[in-house]
Amino acid sequence: MAGKVTIIVHSGDMDKIYSALIVANGALAMGMDASLFFTFWGLQRLKKGELEKGPLSKMNMLGLGKWMVKRRMKKAGAASLERLLQDFHELGGKILACDMTMQIMGIKKEDLRDDLISDYCAVGTYIDEAKDSTITLFI
Amino acid sequence: MAEIKVDCTGETCPIPLVETRKALRKAKEGDIVEVIGTHPASKKEIPMAVKSLGLELIDIQEQGGMWKIRIRR
Repeated sequence: MAGKVTIIVHSGDMDKIYSALIVANGALAMGMDASLFFTFWGLQRLKKGELEKGPLSKMNMLGLGKWMVKRRMKKAGAASLERLLQDFHELGGKILACDMTMQIMGIKKEDLRDDLISDYCAVGTYIDEAKDSTITLFI
Repeated sequence: MAEIKVDCTGETCPIPLVETRKALRKAKEGDIVEVIGTHPASKKEIPMAVKSLGLELIDIQEQGGMWKIRIRR
């Protein structure tokens, strides 16, 4: 099975980053290509040391909800976001960073995890990736 | 021909699938990858991935909540 998954990672919420990385890793594991286009709040998570720092999208309760969910995830044996990101990279997934977000939010290349990022780009690259994709999502 | 063992006991979605894929990528043609695990959905989904990748599923065994899947690259 060929095919490709392209996901716009717009949210920086922890649970949504999980969704994006799990779907993307699943696609790679099934033999598809996968690209993640990080923009707006999603791009914040690609800053050095920020991957696990996102709040829960609902019931965060100043971090208490997140703490409870993380505890339950650990108990269930769920992988960390860092492990999922490393696996995604190892399996050949492509990570794209939105350069307009960088401009607006004053993020410099050296603030980001440059070793994991394949390209700094804009909407044209997303469309170019998505037009050949069988699955595309906005998270 | 080598036999590569992958232990995903206690791991949950999507790790068994991802670890299987990582092992299959490292394996040479003809090598056998043996995955063991406990995550119920992965027992169904690893064979789906094997089919998608066009590889050969040798067999699936299950005993007491633990499964073993063998794949030929």
